[in-house]
Amino acid sequence: MNVGLLTIDGVLIVMAAWLCIGLAGIAALRNFKIVARILFPLSAAVSVALAALGLAGLPDTPQVAILAIGLPDLPFHLRLDALSSFFLLLLGLASAGISIFAGGYFREGEGTAPGLICLEYHIFLAAMALVLVADDAYAFMVSWEMMALSSFFLVTTNHRIPEIQRAGYLYLLVAHIGAIAILLCFGVLQANTGDYTFANMRAQHLSPFWSSCAFLLALFGFSAKAGVLPLHVWLPEAHPAAPSPVSALMSGVMLKTAIYGLVRVTFDIGGELLWWWGVVALVLGLLTAIFGVVFAAVQVDMKRLLAYSSIENIGLIVIAFGLAIVFRAYDMRALAALAMTAMLYHCLNHAVFKSLLFLATGSVLHATHERSLGKLGGLMRYMPWVGWATLVGVIACAGLPPSNGFASEWLLLQSFLFTGGLPNPYLKMLVPVFAAGVALVMALSGYVMVKFFGVIFLGRPREPRLAEANDAGALERLGLGWLVAGCVLLGLFPVYVIQVIDPIPFQLVGRGLAQSGRLGDWLLLAPVSAERASYSPILVALVTVAIVLLTFVLVRRFYHGRVRRAAPWDCGFPQQTARMQDTAEGFGQPIRQIFEPFYRMHRELPSPFDAAPRYRVEVEDPMWRWIYVRIASATESVSRVVGLLQRGRIAIYLLYSFVTLVALLFLTQV
Amino acid sequence: MNLEGIAAQLAAMLLALVGAPLLTGWVNQCRARLQNRTAPPLLQPFRMLHKLFWKDAVIARDATPIYRLSPYVVFGCMLLASMIIPTVSTNLPLAPAADAIALVGLFALARLFISLAAMDIGTSFGTMGARREMLIGFLAEPAFLMVLFTTSLISNSTSLATIVSSLGQRELSILPSLAFAGVAFTMVSLAENARVPVDNPATHLELTMIHEALLLEYSGRHLALLEWAASLKLFAYSCAGLALFFPWGIAQANDRMALLLAVPVLAGKLAIGGFLLALIETMSAKMRIFRVPEFLATAFLLGVLALLVHLLLGA
Repeated sequence: MNVGLLTIDGVLIVMAAWLCIGLAGIAALRNFKIVARILFPLSAAVSVALAALGLAGLPDTPQVAILAIGLPDLPFHLRLDALSSFFLLLLGLASAGISIFAGGYFREGEGTAPGLICLEYHIFLAAMALVLVADDAYAFMVSWEMMALSSFFLVTTNHRIPEIQRAGYLYLLVAHIGAIAILLCFGVLQANTGDYTFANMRAQHLSPFWSSCAFLLALFGFSAKAGVLPLHVWLPEAHPAAPSPVSALMSGVMLKTAIYGLVRVTFDIGGELLWWWGVVALVLGLLTAIFGVVFAAVQVDMKRLLAYSSIENIGLIVIAFGLAIVFRAYDMRALAALAMTAMLYHCLNHAVFKSLLFLATGSVLHATHERSLGKLGGLMRYMPWVGWATLVGVIACAGLPPSNGFASEWLLLQSFLFTGGLPNPYLKMLVPVFAAGVALVMALSGYVMVKFFGVIFLGRPREPRLAEANDAGALERLGLGWLVAGCVLLGLFPVYVIQVIDPIPFQLVGRGLAQSGRLGDWLLLAPVSAERASYSPILVALVTVAIVLLTFVLVRRFYHGRVRRAAPWDCGFPQQTARMQDTAEGFGQPIRQIFEPFYRMHRELPSPFDAAPRYRVEVEDPMWRWIYVRIASATESVSRVVGLLQRGRIAIYLLYSFVTLVALLFLTQV
Repeated sequence: MNLEGIAAQLAAMLLALVGAPLLTGWVNQCRARLQNRTAPPLLQPFRMLHKLFWKDAVIARDATPIYRLSPYVVFGCMLLASMIIPTVSTNLPLAPAADAIALVGLFALARLFISLAAMDIGTSFGTMGARREMLIGFLAEPAFLMVLFTTSLISNSTSLATIVSSLGQRELSILPSLAFAGVAFTMVSLAENARVPVDNPATHLELTMIHEALLLEYSGRHLALLEWAASLKLFAYSCAGLALFFPWGIAQANDRMALLLAVPVLAGKLAIGGFLLALIETMSAKMRIFRVPEFLATAFLLGVLALLVHLLLGA
């Protein structure tokens, strides 16, 4: 870029623009029209600019900048390299759609004033951008905290509802436990030099023990943000509580900043990799993915279902991350590049399709005031725009060709097929188990998505008032359309996407997929060679569409296209009501039965003689009982012991001081 | 892509379109004979299709466009699937478009659409069918993937054409991993094609049907397309099984003499396979729906075992 300004300056301008929009929102605190119709669309334009900057910055050499804000002698170091650029691109792409949707979404009289939401929202965006370009631990932690706090306020937009307060508190708590671990990780990485810039950390050579400590701390800390087991508990609480554009932003983009941090610390500033780190990540990722998808299948709240589905996708991303570590540790760089490409590609895809689905739930929520799947149904007829957009997102989320979700899952499965070359026999034995687990997760996500789409949009409306639901407005449609286009284009042109991603594996593992020159042309994706494996979404899509059209025409040419409308037949049963369709519980029942040991269920079954029969099933997250309740009770019993010391009499406290003094004196003597 | 390649591809497509109902007719004939019934003629499925195409399509009043679109999409997916599986020749220009993993994806896409269409009308049987179909799907799909992974690892490729040609050039010996994979594949294809231990293609008894429950509301040309798609699926699975486990007789690229021989060989293999399928269906009883997960979990474990055996023993 030879226009006088570097790309990183552009990123800073974007952040400043976001902050200005946020401040303008404060100026127009209660003026709903200005905030919704001007500021949010403006912010979407800024997002598009950021996406363009990210794309432009990808192939460049790293750029650095120093911002003299904050404490004296402790300026913010910023750096823009391929990895940051890619995640900025992700942020820009997803937030453009979300912001324009948000312009049509936020209504008057819903909790916080619109101007305040606008401020929090844009601070959140700017903080995420700052996390991605931070180049020292100080700037990173400050922006990380800003991100956590602004999103906390966004989650608690409807702060008068006690459940939302609780959800927000839980989110804040887990975010801070994670932040402590990240801080400690940076503390380990700077290796007693007192210099917290990432450049210094890169220069340090830690012993395997300390670098493992740093990795585990980073894994723990970033897991808390990403929602990896067992630190996922905040996700299914916070997402339903937050307004839909905020859920979309958190699930689509914020979870990815945690992945960014994980990759940054592990591959960039962490030094040598050890193979067992990869195994830890693989195990955690697989558990997370299976847990997420199995729980998504039994949810009855549409946003909770999507939250568990996000946990599943984060699991898949962490699996690819683990695979990349294993390959890199054994110096199989081309395969590490394959796994890393699959991971980054899936990050991008998940950002797009999960944002789309969350936004669609927002439209449904506004049209029906209903989040429970059991009271929805048949909305395809009343909200065709949202319905078709959601269908695209559902196909992507289920990982079906030719959508973008399939392209990245295809790459992930491909990288599993190369594990036969690993030198470690135990790993070789474990890997098929992981591949089988991944296959199961992908297949189950199809089940989840059929449930999600079928129960909300298909069938008959389960409540009569659903017939009055209105389709989304123009701005909402525009936002959904942007993300739909993202799903389709990212799916149809995987080779271009991989070329865009390519500088990152080149920088981090020393090899890129496209650099080897065997990626294939625009038509055919062949990451290793065409004989080895190939996939062409365009051909699949074109041939399928051609067959569909040809069949359509031929049937009409040789036969006819007559249609008669009638009542549904249903084996001749005339008294059909909407209540006879599967509810969300009913659709999840086979999964509940098969994976019963996973759940903690409370079931109330009616007896045949009940005058007023009641059926109730409640599924509880077992992690609460297995881990959190135990931690809580342990803390309680410890504090009870500590409580014994507190007698409330000044003489006893003086005695403690005296004993301590004597003990210290004794120690110094020795 | 040359002219010969396009011709070969179109020939494969026509073979699938004609061969699929024939195979269904043959299996029905064998079943009838084994059950001491008078067999319907071999061409009965074609007559059925012809009759259905002529009839008016009766559609429920509040059906959405998804309902009318789905038969076409399902038919398109199944036809594409049978076009990329090597039936008589490995010289298929379309084969690189979708490898073994994408093949599984195509089947899953068809399943998604047919399930959504079944839920669309909002009848109790439709949603029940959709739920059961997805249940079988999510158990069968990973098992099928494991089978394909095993063959991919043996031949170092996920491209179906490469797998088949490299397995075909192997000397005749039974690999233990392939044996496990073969059993798993048989179980999966019984489930996926709605065959007897799992589902009954001839039933309309309300509580037992799975595949039929999905099609319950369809009529006319839509039903014809779905029936044709079901035949194509059976044909595709049979050809995939034959190509993976009995790859002999499939013509390699540019071998015209072998091509002439390949068609009768395929017909013979399909005839034997169809008879065995009818035999399995006649000799076994239908399972309760909640025994199906155990059945498919067994297939899944066998698939994983095949993969492990290959990776550990290299065989």
